[in-house]
Amino acid sequence: MKTTNVLFEVGLEEMPARFMDDTEQQLKQKTIEWLQQIRLPYQEITTFITPRRFAVLITGLADKQPDQTEEAKGPALKIAKDDQGNWSKAAIGFSKGQGKSVDDLFVKEVKGTEYIFVEKFIEGRTQEQLLPAFKDIILSLNFPKNMRWSNENMRYIRPIKWLVALKDQAIIPFEIAGVKTGRTSKGHRFLGGSFEITDPSAYEEQLAEQYVIAKAEDRKQRILSGIAQLEKEQQWVIPVDLDLLTEVTNLVEYPTVFYGQFSQDYLQLPKEVLTTSMKEHQRYFPVQNNQSELLSYFIGVRNGTEEHIDTVARGNEKVLRARLQDAQFFFEEDQKQSIATNLKRLERMVFQEKLGTIADKVKRVINISRLLADMLQLSDKQKFQIKRTAQISKFDLVTNMVTEFTELQGIMGRKYAEMFGEDPVVAQAIEEHYMPRNTHDRLPETAVGAVVSIADKLDTVVGCFGVGLIPSGSQDPYALRRQALGILQIIQDKEWDLNLDHIIAEVLSLFKQAGIQTESYEQSIDQIEAFFKQRSAYIMKEAALDSDIIEAVLASQLSNFSFLIEKGKLLQEKKADPDFKSSQEAFVRVLNLAVKAEETTAIKPELFENEQEAALYQSYLAVKEPFDKGLTQKNAKQALTALIPLVEPIHLFFDHTMVMAEDPAIRQNRLALLLHIAELLLQFADLTKVQWKQHS
Amino acid sequence: MNIQEMILTLQKHWSDQNCILMQAYDTEKGAGTMSPMTLLRSLGPEPWNVAYVEPSRRPADGRYGQNPNRLYQHHQFQVIMKPSPDDIQDLYLASLRKLGIDPAYHDIRFVEDNWENPTLGAAGLGWEVWLDGMEITQFTYFQQIGGLEAKPVAVEITYGIERLASYIQDKENVFDLEWTDGVTVGDIFYQPEYEHSKYTFEESDTDMLFGLFSTYEKEAQRAMEKNLVFPAYDYVLKCSHTFNLLDAKGVISVTERTGYIGRVRNLAREIAKLYVAERERLGFPMLKGEEANDENN
Repeated sequence: MKTTNVLFEVGLEEMPARFMDDTEQQLKQKTIEWLQQIRLPYQEITTFITPRRFAVLITGLADKQPDQTEEAKGPALKIAKDDQGNWSKAAIGFSKGQGKSVDDLFVKEVKGTEYIFVEKFIEGRTQEQLLPAFKDIILSLNFPKNMRWSNENMRYIRPIKWLVALKDQAIIPFEIAGVKTGRTSKGHRFLGGSFEITDPSAYEEQLAEQYVIAKAEDRKQRILSGIAQLEKEQQWVIPVDLDLLTEVTNLVEYPTVFYGQFSQDYLQLPKEVLTTSMKEHQRYFPVQNNQSELLSYFIGVRNGTEEHIDTVARGNEKVLRARLQDAQFFFEEDQKQSIATNLKRLERMVFQEKLGTIADKVKRVINISRLLADMLQLSDKQKFQIKRTAQISKFDLVTNMVTEFTELQGIMGRKYAEMFGEDPVVAQAIEEHYMPRNTHDRLPETAVGAVVSIADKLDTVVGCFGVGLIPSGSQDPYALRRQALGILQIIQDKEWDLNLDHIIAEVLSLFKQAGIQTESYEQSIDQIEAFFKQRSAYIMKEAALDSDIIEAVLASQLSNFSFLIEKGKLLQEKKADPDFKSSQEAFVRVLNLAVKAEETTAIKPELFENEQEAALYQSYLAVKEPFDKGLTQKNAKQALTALIPLVEPIHLFFDHTMVMAEDPAIRQNRLALLLHIAELLLQFADLTKVQWKQHS
Repeated sequence: MNIQEMILTLQKHWSDQNCILMQAYDTEKGAGTMSPMTLLRSLGPEPWNVAYVEPSRRPADGRYGQNPNRLYQHHQFQVIMKPSPDDIQDLYLASLRKLGIDPAYHDIRFVEDNWENPTLGAAGLGWEVWLDGMEITQFTYFQQIGGLEAKPVAVEITYGIERLASYIQDKENVFDLEWTDGVTVGDIFYQPEYEHSKYTFEESDTDMLFGLFSTYEKEAQRAMEKNLVFPAYDYVLKCSHTFNLLDAKGVISVTERTGYIGRVRNLAREIAKLYVAERERLGFPMLKGEEANDENN
């Protein structure tokens, strides 16, 4: 079959670098799906993306769809033939309608009824008919942020400047936002020009002649080899931050690596200040020696060739110099202000309109961390350090450096605290109280930092829920999900035995005492607990637990995390274990029936009517202590094993006892027995939530 | 090239693109965007092409003339074109060439930067333009102004004059820049920088400023009630500047701060709506021929 090469290119004003990887993936995926859907076989799909274009090259594309035959279904046979066995009007009409004669009709049975059919030949459609629909692929790409321009009504990532759509040498005609497809593309903004694409297969090469490296991966490699070469020539170590590399790759069409220099005096600034200036603000790669010490050089990537690269390097040096000069000035100014002066200024800094100032928040965090420290029975020294950390945890927010480089909050707090002679543990804890800054960030190392971190996050989560700022969908402006997850991660990491439900209630009371609360107390408690349970489920999913297991262990109180996970893992094991079948059946039966008990009443042994009741009661009394011990020691296996002696008596009980007895007193007593056992079981997990496997 | 020549060059360039050359607006403001020549005229269906230099006051950035990069008042060169022309990026790059910046010799990039000004209910998408790593221009396609959808879309180009000059003249300190031959920025602006900083941070009469804010606010509302868009807007600008002075002095408490910003925003939004309504009442006089008909259909 004849095949062709097809190229589509969309030329744009510079796209945001952060959306480009995803755009390219969508383009590839949607093209593959589209070609499947229109039934055009092809050899290969290649995608390209630069800031000013995305493109897809399809090689070996079949010229037309394969022809097809299709059976068209007509009326039922009993309608299609008259009494004499001749074709009826209905049959004749059907065959005509399909462009056939009655001679072409044949009969086939469908679900027990006979129908008449004709076979239809469908000629495959051609590229000419099919390819202009690629327009819909272009329009179907999803971008997180779209814009309008000029008089256009459509929204797109950036204004569309040109469209190339070629089938070998022929233009595939369509139009988007007033731009018609053609064969003219554009090269590098300054080094290239407009040019005609001679053939789709020549696209990449022709672009290269116009100083555009069309494949992101090739640009990345060019940057990496430039960096490697400098490392070799200059004896430098240049750690490559992958996010930065991707961003830089997507900011240029023809990358050339260069280096610049700054005064060694600036090396006295905190390392984080230097790297933030270089990486975040200027998109440079910092340079180190082989002892991992920063050197007074930086690596930049230019969108162009080696030509006049000195001018570019000098220009970049000048910009960085101005930034570092500013930083130096801020650093010196900040050291003139005592921590106490800064704390005073927090009284003027808003945290959240309804939740007051940062100073108000600090007061609450002091109280919450005291509460946590007491529950964890930390040492007096630690409690002292926790109090100091909480007090000064936010002082750096009003320093010049953090005002200018917000991402350095906590980090500058630590530096300045050290310089002002604070306890090194306190200084470290100031930095740590922001951790984890994202899902995969480090967690606080010190107990002091961990306590203040939990307190600070709890204050935010509980406070926001209290005043009705509840995350929904993609709306989570205070990052409450991340903060709740952070709290759980810390508790898990430190293996702390904290009863979250209890703490949440305490914290909410603190807000209530301070007169802050718009939502009802009970409603808030329920919402916050549910919120933390959702986050917990997330962590447990990460620990590879099934969702039914997660639901089962979350039915117990929200407390020690690692224990919940341990319980979950054990249950997951048991779910697959045929030997556990008898046990789970016994327990589930108890749990299901116990629901019928109206209230918890004491068990009255004198009302027992048979020995199985008495035996079950005895084993209940016997397992209680070892079970509790297993729970206190956070030993899931021990706790569950302790319950096993109940299994046999439960089965015997049900075999010989009619729980729903007619005599209400006896019925209630039997339910009470089951309820007491159920309460025990529920402290472990709600086993009715587990989807037990049917073992043969 | 001194600053004066830069301004002349930019004016000539954009004048050649059929921009109306305006003069700076005569009320204090924090940015060229706040001039009614941008903020109000970007609204509605009427075409609008304009260029002007805008002295922009940012009281909180005052540094007594001691900081080499920061000023109480700097200058912006502002261009607005509505609807945004298809070749606007090329027009912009051509202006850089006229300033002696040949892109082939440098590294020029359009780096994503979305602009948002909640005080004005305004938002736009675009870039900051980098010249060898330095941000020299804000380039924005307005999407919303005063809470209203911008349609057609206006493009705003804001050159930071001092920034650009420090590159062109290769000077480290803003006060060393040559405004015209033999006259530096320092010669002209050092004294006002020092005095405005001293006034803002130490000497301003807080009670009077609070009083003025309320007075201006009331007058803006009164003018608005009479459908007097431009006078009302002038008083909004005065409110905004008065607020900036109070804020820089640190006399506005946290809770009050949100309140004040909200008050300015509400005024600006209402005026934006009023402006469009008034233009419509006048039959959108700057729509010519077919466009006007289109709009009526």
